[in-house]
Amino acid sequence: MAGYTYTVFILMIPLVIFLITGLMGMKWKPIVSGVIGTAGMGISFVLSLLAAASYFFGGTHGAEGFQTIIPFEITWLRLTESLIIKMGILLDPISVMMLVVVTTVSFMVHLYSLGYMKGEGGFARFYAFLALFTFSMLGLVIATNIFQMYIFWELVGVSSYLLIGFYYQKPSAVAASKKAFIVTRFADLGFLIGILILSFVTGTFDFGKLTSPDGAIFAGAASLSFMGISALTWAMTLIFIGGAGKSAMFPLHIWLPDAMEGPTPVSALIHAATMVVAGIFLVARMFPVIHFQAPASQEIIAFVGGFTSLFAAVIAITQYDIKRVLAFSTLSQLGYMMLALGVSGYGGEEGLGFMASMFHLFTHAMFKALLFLGAGSIIHAVHSNYMYDMGGLRKYLPITHITFLIACLTIAGIPPFSGFFSKDEILVAALNHNKLLFAVEYLVAGLTAFYMFRLYFNVFWGKDRHYHHTPHESPLTMTIPLVFLAVASIFAGFIPFHHLVTSDKMGFDTEMHLAVAIPSVLIGLLGIALAWILYKKESAIPEKLALRWGILYTATYNKFYFDEIYLFVARNIIFKYISRPVAWFDRHIVDGFMVGIAVVTEKISFQIKGMQSGQLQHYAFIFVAGTLALALSMVYFLN
Amino acid sequence: MIQGIPIEHFLIVSTIMFFIGVAGFIIRRNLITMLMAIELILNSVNINFVVFNRYLYPDQLQGQFFSLFIVGIAAAEASVAIALIINIYRKLQNIDVENVNEMMY
Repeated sequence: MAGYTYTVFILMIPLVIFLITGLMGMKWKPIVSGVIGTAGMGISFVLSLLAAASYFFGGTHGAEGFQTIIPFEITWLRLTESLIIKMGILLDPISVMMLVVVTTVSFMVHLYSLGYMKGEGGFARFYAFLALFTFSMLGLVIATNIFQMYIFWELVGVSSYLLIGFYYQKPSAVAASKKAFIVTRFADLGFLIGILILSFVTGTFDFGKLTSPDGAIFAGAASLSFMGISALTWAMTLIFIGGAGKSAMFPLHIWLPDAMEGPTPVSALIHAATMVVAGIFLVARMFPVIHFQAPASQEIIAFVGGFTSLFAAVIAITQYDIKRVLAFSTLSQLGYMMLALGVSGYGGEEGLGFMASMFHLFTHAMFKALLFLGAGSIIHAVHSNYMYDMGGLRKYLPITHITFLIACLTIAGIPPFSGFFSKDEILVAALNHNKLLFAVEYLVAGLTAFYMFRLYFNVFWGKDRHYHHTPHESPLTMTIPLVFLAVASIFAGFIPFHHLVTSDKMGFDTEMHLAVAIPSVLIGLLGIALAWILYKKESAIPEKLALRWGILYTATYNKFYFDEIYLFVARNIIFKYISRPVAWFDRHIVDGFMVGIAVVTEKISFQIKGMQSGQLQHYAFIFVAGTLALALSMVYFLN
Repeated sequence: MIQGIPIEHFLIVSTIMFFIGVAGFIIRRNLITMLMAIELILNSVNINFVVFNRYLYPDQLQGQFFSLFIVGIAAAEASVAIALIINIYRKLQNIDVENVNEMMY
């Protein structure tokens, strides 16, 4: 077990950076905080790679598959003899993989922000929050028990809130940060209740005991049920709601597009690559429980994932803000991952969906971070988020152009880029489980290719716009991360995930499923071709199509009015029929009682204030008389 | 033992002193006299301390120490009280307690 203790530093370095840049960053030149943050993240990144290398290739693979290692654990709270909350580090294939994902993307974003955020106010604050976020996310993935995970889960939510609202002078950013916080917090309530039910049933928080596939710990739980549904199904569904909130699954997706108000590197780090996969990670972590104890919840997960991926892909087609297009594509890809977990079995080939989900999580982190950072580079060059302000940028931004193209090809699932491999595995898993879900995902693959290349052609081809100044390529600190992530996007597909990250920690063999792979590549190419025809050159066809589809187009453009529906429900039902009566009760009954006490006191004191004569001897007389009376009464009563 | 004198005699003296003090404090109008009345009360308590110490626990000294403390504190208190009285005199040109009623409702 020894030899992994250094993983503590992966976690502690960001915390220390957060503390020192947060406390002292104001006094330094801004760049100092940035350099300290970036250097520290670099160390964390290298340590994570070391940990991953020694874990995956260093002989921890025994007959039982990869061992679960706990290099560090302390008892944090001992509430009662049986209710003990621990904090620790748990290394198993998924958490080691997540360490790599989080530190890689975080390091790239730190580096990139040196260029992107240059000259912005609050540079030190930005780096402090980035470090806080990284710390929380790392604490979440290496949690040894579900309670520790919940604590870091909330910390992640807070740092996300802080970063979305980074431009706090901007009302829209403030609104977006509040929205993100409230929606995810609402979902976390489900998570908390789920945890409580689960630990009530099993008597433990520990992942080691909860996720052992024999399920002995649940023996006593089978008889518990509520409203005809077993307690465990409730618990797992509620925990999934928590995950759905963070991962922005339908119908809790509304916060993610608005979260794009934050600085673009933040969108890349939090709302594309790391935080939003926390929900996926949670479901993956609880996978044995969900699969064996609550199959109904697993069905829900599969269908929610499938629906979200389709829904978001359709909306993405109509958006003009490039960050929003990417946000909806993130939703869609997260839907893929959820679906893959939902259709997965346990162990060996059966666990293909689980493996595919983790694989896609990994590749998606790389190419989506690349897309966002590329988008940041574009925005940096033209000072606009909107496609109609862009066009013909390939001449001005050659590096951004090439890396963005690679990312688009990756997400469209064109071989040999990594997205092809992971998406293919998901499609196979879906096909084995449910034909309908397969059909949906197949369609979404085409839509994805189409909207990504709509974006690509609109931005980099098309007609030159009138720019205020000639757009120029971004500085080196911004292009190096782009190139690094592009290389990762190309080659991540060749990592043998099916030997490394699987549901039962044992490797299995898999081969290319040509019957699935070829049609999925074809539909991807079809999407690209369609985008080529419509958007490569300026043409009137898209507008005509939009007019022709009329209502449907407007509905999609407005994201199917979900924000409006939520607002309507909140204002007209919750505010009117719940909040108002509660407020009335508070104002008239609770406050009324308190005011009443005050009024009565005042009346009485008005009556008796004449006793306060101000005469010292008057007081002394009353005091002595009272003392005498007490003394006499004591003598009288005690005898 | 102090030869032949029973404890009651001491207690009677201290009780009389105490009530003279209380009566003086309540009746007299002059602040200086009131201060003297307070000193009487304190000293009657001192007598009690010493006497009880002497008669009940002759081999211990707490009572005597306590009365020493009280003497010290009484000195400090007297200086504070006289400072207050001087200020009152400056403000009102007399030291009649009946005129000190600023704290009335």
